[in-house]
Amino acid sequence: MQKIERMESLRDAYGNELAALGEKNKDIVVLDADLSSSTKTGIFGKKFPDRFYNMGISEQSMVSTAAGLSLSGKTVFASTFAVFLSNTYNVIRQSICYNEAPVNFVVTHSGITVGEDGPTHQILEDVGIMSGLPNMKVIVPVDSIETVSVIDYLSEKKTSPYYVRLTREKFPVLNEKNYEFNEGKSVVFREGSDITIMAYGIMVSFALKASEILKGKGIDARVINMSSIKPLDRAAIVKAAKETGKIVTAEEHSIFNGLGSRVAEVTGEEYPVPILRIGMPDIFGKSGKGMELFDYFHIGVNDIVEKTDKFFKREYI
Amino acid sequence: MESYTVNDLAPVARQIRKEIIKMVYAAKSGHPGGSLSITDVLTALYFKEMNINPAKPDDPSRDILVMSKGHASPALYAALSLRGYFPAELLSGFRSINSKLEGHVHRGIPGVESSTGSLGQGLGVAIGFALASKLDGRNNRIYAILGDGEMEEGNIWESLLAGSKYRLGNLTAILDRNRIQLDGFTEDIMPLGNVAEKVKPFGWDVITIDGNSLNEVVNALEQAKKPREKPLFIVANTIKGKGVSYMENNPKYHGSPPANEEEYIQALKEIEEMQ
Repeated sequence: MQKIERMESLRDAYGNELAALGEKNKDIVVLDADLSSSTKTGIFGKKFPDRFYNMGISEQSMVSTAAGLSLSGKTVFASTFAVFLSNTYNVIRQSICYNEAPVNFVVTHSGITVGEDGPTHQILEDVGIMSGLPNMKVIVPVDSIETVSVIDYLSEKKTSPYYVRLTREKFPVLNEKNYEFNEGKSVVFREGSDITIMAYGIMVSFALKASEILKGKGIDARVINMSSIKPLDRAAIVKAAKETGKIVTAEEHSIFNGLGSRVAEVTGEEYPVPILRIGMPDIFGKSGKGMELFDYFHIGVNDIVEKTDKFFKREYI
Repeated sequence: MESYTVNDLAPVARQIRKEIIKMVYAAKSGHPGGSLSITDVLTALYFKEMNINPAKPDDPSRDILVMSKGHASPALYAALSLRGYFPAELLSGFRSINSKLEGHVHRGIPGVESSTGSLGQGLGVAIGFALASKLDGRNNRIYAILGDGEMEEGNIWESLLAGSKYRLGNLTAILDRNRIQLDGFTEDIMPLGNVAEKVKPFGWDVITIDGNSLNEVVNALEQAKKPREKPLFIVANTIKGKGVSYMENNPKYHGSPPANEEEYIQALKEIEEMQ
């Protein structure tokens, strides 16, 4: 019998944890850009109005101000929708990254799971944009439990900025309650010896479902949660390359400059193996129900099965 | 330092101006025009008005200055060095590969609070410093120096809104109104017009002064220190290239050093003869 999935909101987990942390950690200040009821920083804002700054629809000013607060020693969380933070690329580059201001950007509503709001709001390039910035670290929690652990981790003093990518939709809970996020480390969710599927975000649960179907086709797929995109778990990539010979990457993101590109860089340098990148192929999203769009764009569970099966069987000369 | 009177500041300003010329001439690049226009403001701040101690650059009670117009790095570096943050010998390495003095303002240099160069960001950063100061109950002052070309950046106007919302009486923004930007005169490129009348309704106190008069600058900065409910915006009318006749009001010297030895010597001589 199939296990019933427990779905939980990552942004609810973020907002509640931030408000809980604010109780004991008086250094925490939070900024938002008129989306606090959606990003859930409003929970913190209601509890600690003196340490909450709603900067209005002024993302550049929010990021600049976050830099000043951070350089003053505050533990800063700044939130908006993922797509709107990208308005401020060069402010993040200079005032945050070059300044070595350890601001925690926790963004919500990334990717096509934004759904009905459509392509203007469905950013699919942000992991690439942020990973390319010196000093910036990039994390994509897989579920509500990992979200809480990442936020706990970031509430301790850090020396670099972070980009944490959350979503609008609820995601299946995959981790056990006692899970602890470990920066730079991936987590094997399913062992397998024939092929490895590396994924982050919602695509991890899709890959797990795909791996069950692949098992019926005689393919034993390893599934790894690559939530720490930067720094990346290079050792796990090389190990997968050596042990399974082929790697599939799956991400709710462009296939350019995301996990697929990073994995190909590592294998290219360390142990070249064929890579199949599953993700959005240099296109914009579209309106629709968040979860329907994966099938529409051929990156849903069945597509992962089909593409992985074909890729597994493909012979390279 | 507190013993500096307005009369003592003029020789310091001349010395900073000379260092600016030496730095950009040695580097064969850099931005003398906007450095010379803001020199008097920086002199008054670092040598009279700001509560700072070069021996304790991280003292939480220090006053903080963000040089948002980061291309005025020669002026800021010269002021910091003369004030004792780092040895004057380092200035000659400005913009060169073995020097720490990057072309635009860099936080890795002692006394620098925030890296700047890409315009429009410094006022927001200063607002962050001012909010933290308020939250922690400190009595320090936060200063941001803006360029008038920089006022074309949207982030500045976003930040003006925020400064007003949070009633940052501890924040002073000083506009170097020299009326020239890289491509020419500000009023031709993108007219800023009566900036005082634009900023006032954003909820700031505004004072307009002659930004090349040390007397007027010091008076304005003294007023800034009075307890106030709103942030203060000082429009400092200045002359781009102030002190070097061929650079004054000449857009060419926004980003060009003296063209030759003759121009170089003339510049130093004219600065020496300034009142």
